[in-house]
Amino acid sequence: MATKQIQLTGAGGQGLVLAGIILAEAAMRDGKNVAVAQSYGPEARLGASKAEVIISTEKIAYPQVTQPDILLCLSQDAFDKYFSDAQVLVVVDATQVQAPAESRNIYKLPLVRAAAEQVGNRLVANVVALGALNALAELVSWEGLRASVERRTPQKYREQNLRALEVGRHLAHTQTKEV
Amino acid sequence: MREQELVQGNEACARGAIYAGCRFFAGYPITPSSEIMEYLARELPKVGGVCLQMEDEIASISAVIGASWGGAKAMTATSGPGFSLMQESIGYAAITETPCVIVDAQRGGPSTGQPTKVSQGDVMQARWGTHGDHPIIVLTASWVREVFEMTVHAFNLAEKYRVPVILLLDEVLAHLRENVILPEPGELEVISRRHPDRLEDFRPFADETFCAFGEGGRVMVTGMSHDELGFPAQGKKAAEQLQRILMKIESRTEELALYGAHFLDDADAVIISYGITSRAVEEAVRLLRADGLAVGWLDLKTLWPFPDKLVRSCTEHAHYVLVPELNWGQLVREVERVVGGRAPVEHLGRLDGYLITPEEIARRVQDRVQCGA
Repeated sequence: MATKQIQLTGAGGQGLVLAGIILAEAAMRDGKNVAVAQSYGPEARLGASKAEVIISTEKIAYPQVTQPDILLCLSQDAFDKYFSDAQVLVVVDATQVQAPAESRNIYKLPLVRAAAEQVGNRLVANVVALGALNALAELVSWEGLRASVERRTPQKYREQNLRALEVGRHLAHTQTKEV
Repeated sequence: MREQELVQGNEACARGAIYAGCRFFAGYPITPSSEIMEYLARELPKVGGVCLQMEDEIASISAVIGASWGGAKAMTATSGPGFSLMQESIGYAAITETPCVIVDAQRGGPSTGQPTKVSQGDVMQARWGTHGDHPIIVLTASWVREVFEMTVHAFNLAEKYRVPVILLLDEVLAHLRENVILPEPGELEVISRRHPDRLEDFRPFADETFCAFGEGGRVMVTGMSHDELGFPAQGKKAAEQLQRILMKIESRTEELALYGAHFLDDADAVIISYGITSRAVEEAVRLLRADGLAVGWLDLKTLWPFPDKLVRSCTEHAHYVLVPELNWGQLVREVERVVGGRAPVEHLGRLDGYLITPEEIARRVQDRVQCGA
């Protein structure tokens, strides 16, 4: 891996910036250079929200994603705006996003539902997504990712978030890729 | 060796301020600068400092000026709309020679504009936003670690020269998180204002020595033109004082100029940039050099006083000069003035709230150089 460009997209309040921070911090602990840029609208909540993570073994000069390798979409708006066939890996929330059936690079995973049903808190869908992304793309070490989740989430929800990571990992391994 | 940390630009600014000895912050939260105040509200009290949320930005800068005269190293942070409100008092800080630091994390303007989008539209306002001829130092940064260093440097210059110093950040850098190793205590020089040797005949507006209220010197502070004792003065005396405070910065233009000079020795085309845009230029220059084009790059860290001599010498043999900046054309005018028609000077701007990309810059230079500009 020289450089990986990752876009985490959805709506404000879905924890995308936090997911970007957790992922980048894990990559940093693996010895990589990282940059996390965030982008959101003027609304207090539910506007478009996006975190861009660059992980590289090289110096990162330009700090924003130019050609995303990996895309996560937790909302239809985000999918409509950011999806392209050029992306290597796209993970979307199966219930929030209607994705074209013919696209070969899309994984439709029930991230929010799994967060609600298997962890008991739909707010941890961002970390479920991280678990799935890392299982599919092998971005960072699991040990580093777990440490980063522990460091960056509030004590009260730490167990839930660690469980969310495992739920996401399991989802990615068991769901068949839709063609 | 110390460990890497993932640090946001705004956090680096706040930590740089504490490192530099800042013990007073007053502000009014505004995107994209708010995290500076959030951090300082939490951390300043732990080092014996004070963080105040004021009713608006006019009160914020006023409190900062007052705190500075109370003897504290003081700072405020804001964005465009708040920066506009502060302008009158920045002039007051300038004429009263009050050491203070004003951080402006630029966003799309004018007015409320695009509150969450990046811009470099306050470059001229930082220089000329307050009325009248006045001294000002304006610094900028491109990297998270550099935000820390420049914040420390801003305090050092403010304290050394008794002048307001503006640090221009931008939305992307303010919110950007990168892995960094920040300076350890003692690694960077920290300068504090010079106190008078003798208080009896202290003249508070004769030079850069400073005596805070309550320290024993007789101090009278007014925004009116004043003499060396601080009492109102008009005419020739007013002009002499104004010249002194203008020249204390203007005469040091060269030593104040911080910059990076890259590949300039053989450069036919020169790119001049600053702040976040410099990171796109760094990539663009790499692309262009790989293509065999003789492109050089001047990366300015000090915007004001504008380093005329430096820019002149860096563009002396250039056949083309490009100034990419996230505005409709601001610093490019200074570059045009200095180049003086010796080579075409072009501006590359954006107003849509997105960064200029390396490819845009590289394409522009390729087009012009291959056309034999």
